[in-house]
Amino acid sequence: MTALAAVLVRDMRIAVRVGGGALMGVLFFLVVATLVPFALGPDLALLQRIGPAILWLAALLASLLALDRLFAADHEDGSLDLILTGRAPLELVVLVKGIAHWLTTGVPLVIASPLIGLMLNLDARAAGALVLTLLVGTPALTFIGLIGAALAVTLRRGGLLLAVLVLPLAVPVLIFGVAAANAAVTGPVPFGTPFTILCALTLASLVVGPFAAAAALRQEME
Amino acid sequence: MRLSAFDLACRRGGREVFSGISFSVAGGEGLMVAGRNGAGKSSLLRMVAGLLRIAGGRLALEGGDSELTVGEQAHYLGHQDALKPSLSVGENLRFWSGFFGADSADVGGPLAAVGLDSLADLPAAYLSAGQRRRLSIARLLAVKRPIWLLDEPTSALDTAAQERLRDFMRVHLAGGGLILAATHGPIGLDGAPELRLDHTPTPLDEIVDQQ
Repeated sequence: MTALAAVLVRDMRIAVRVGGGALMGVLFFLVVATLVPFALGPDLALLQRIGPAILWLAALLASLLALDRLFAADHEDGSLDLILTGRAPLELVVLVKGIAHWLTTGVPLVIASPLIGLMLNLDARAAGALVLTLLVGTPALTFIGLIGAALAVTLRRGGLLLAVLVLPLAVPVLIFGVAAANAAVTGPVPFGTPFTILCALTLASLVVGPFAAAAALRQEME
Repeated sequence: MRLSAFDLACRRGGREVFSGISFSVAGGEGLMVAGRNGAGKSSLLRMVAGLLRIAGGRLALEGGDSELTVGEQAHYLGHQDALKPSLSVGENLRFWSGFFGADSADVGGPLAAVGLDSLADLPAAYLSAGQRRRLSIARLLAVKRPIWLLDEPTSALDTAAQERLRDFMRVHLAGGGLILAATHGPIGLDGAPELRLDHTPTPLDEIVDQQ
């Protein structure tokens, strides 16, 4: 248990220090989501209709940003070797690294999203629903991304491969995340149906992601 | 405690690096692994640490914890120092001692032993190569593990630090631990047997003659 706590504290510290990915992700999210109203013009009805989709796309891209360094940095400086000689199961270490990554990049996105919602003409109820879908859905993006991050560890330009590998897998999360948010804004589908599926996707990725990523890491150590 | 290897073989990228390597080290003993560049010294240590698949032969540890693998009872000191530049010297060491389950959370003692106690709050990015090495070595002191796998442990260390490392190694051996060290030169483990990996070297003058 102390081993996993140590990993959590270390990864969160690195993320919030200079050169860490925490601030980058949320800044990228804000910039992308801010550009859209400028590109589309002041059509409030249109912005309201496509607002949730834009925020979800921005969140998806932002959560990929820092992900490629998650294991690659540990591989390059030899930390991964030592983690493998530790007594904590690699799957749990990977899970904890994913949680640390979500806490430092996913949660800031969730907190920043109502602010962007204002710019996209979302009312309080719609913004609330959007925050809820992002809160539930962004862990799925992180844990699906873990698999890509682990596969891209030994590659020089791993970030590109990561995006190619992970974005298709993230499609279901995107569909049900946007569907749930839209249901709250425009209806007529009830909010609960897509939202429950989104929760299921997150729970499944929470289980599958760490095992797949740990298997990929073990394979690459050879 | 006794670590034995029988007929170990190593393959990397489809090429045989070494084969038929056997050795036996008991607690309190050291073994120097020697050989030319590319002979497989690092590969042998990584194999013992469980970081490289054993292509042939077998590795056995008697008297250790049967619940744990050899790697989980070993400290691996590789070429890389496993330090995060944005964390301070103290935070780096505290992380590894926490991760490996040290008995005490206090890292002041090990840091003082390697002479880095005055730099505990400095980000590791500012350390020199030798200081980074010393910080890695402090990890071996902060957490007790019976097997030390040292890959070129003296690289980048000045003479005083090398002398100090020798003392740490002697204390570890005296406490019943065992050491496998890959090295090019003598690192001062008096009387430790040597395992040579290059049994079929191609002499340089032969290569020159052929050309």
